[in-house]
Amino acid sequence: MNTVTPNIQNTQTSGVREETAAARQEAALLPPVDVVEDPTGITLYADLPGVPKDKLDLRVEGDQLNVEAELALPVPQGMTPSHAEVSRARYRRAFTLSKELDPEKVSAELSQGVLRVRIPKAEHAQPRKISVQVH
Amino acid sequence: MYRSLFPRDIFAEFDRLQRDMSGVFDYSPSIRGFGRGGYPALNVGSTPTSVEIYAFAPGIDPAKVEINLDRGVLTIDGERKATLPAGDEKTTLHLNERFEGRFRRVVSLPDDIDPNAVSADYRDGVLHVSVKRRESAQPRRIEVQ
Repeated sequence: MNTVTPNIQNTQTSGVREETAAARQEAALLPPVDVVEDPTGITLYADLPGVPKDKLDLRVEGDQLNVEAELALPVPQGMTPSHAEVSRARYRRAFTLSKELDPEKVSAELSQGVLRVRIPKAEHAQPRKISVQVH
Repeated sequence: MYRSLFPRDIFAEFDRLQRDMSGVFDYSPSIRGFGRGGYPALNVGSTPTSVEIYAFAPGIDPAKVEINLDRGVLTIDGERKATLPAGDEKTTLHLNERFEGRFRRVVSLPDDIDPNAVSADYRDGVLHVSVKRRESAQPRRIEVQ
């Protein structure tokens, strides 16, 4: 089994914090993600295999980024499953955005089961170099 | 026994607990590791006329996946390229859970499959391999004279 230990520790200092205590209405799979931060924003990649574009629900509510998606596999009629490692038809994961991120400018694309979300930092939070005056 | 570098670290303690528990429940995992999990995740199902294999392999180049069927054993081989930018000083990787690198998964198929009737397609990150069963093995209704 994979360990999530270092990630939990990391998230406390990162701009994106994973939601843990949320009410989970329905059992769902937790998609694996990569989160990269650069000086202008944060990019999140999530693996959502089997999800077509119209079954993806990505929303920002307050400071929460919610990813919810439904699997839609074209399965032949009368198929009986004999082995299932993907046993649920839903993915769900939520993140808390930090203040310097701009929730208005979130952009996303879904390609071959990989979701890429770009959250830029707000203008005022962009890094500035402060020049030191020498007298 | 797994020992943590920082014994007071609560997360390391959870990690150790998890290892100990898996030791209790699984005395002897297979020499090839655990049969479940890994990349890509596999679902297998069957119909009276075919065996259907679904490999959940998001973000791969389907042209570079090798699917081989040899004596009833289906092998899916490939590589998933890293999407993350090469580490430079200005980027920070906060979470890194997605698989990257070479993968290989093996499924043993039933005896009645037809090795010449295999088709595969890749859609929304799922590789679907369909193997037909032999005509002679398909269920037939026998009329009573």
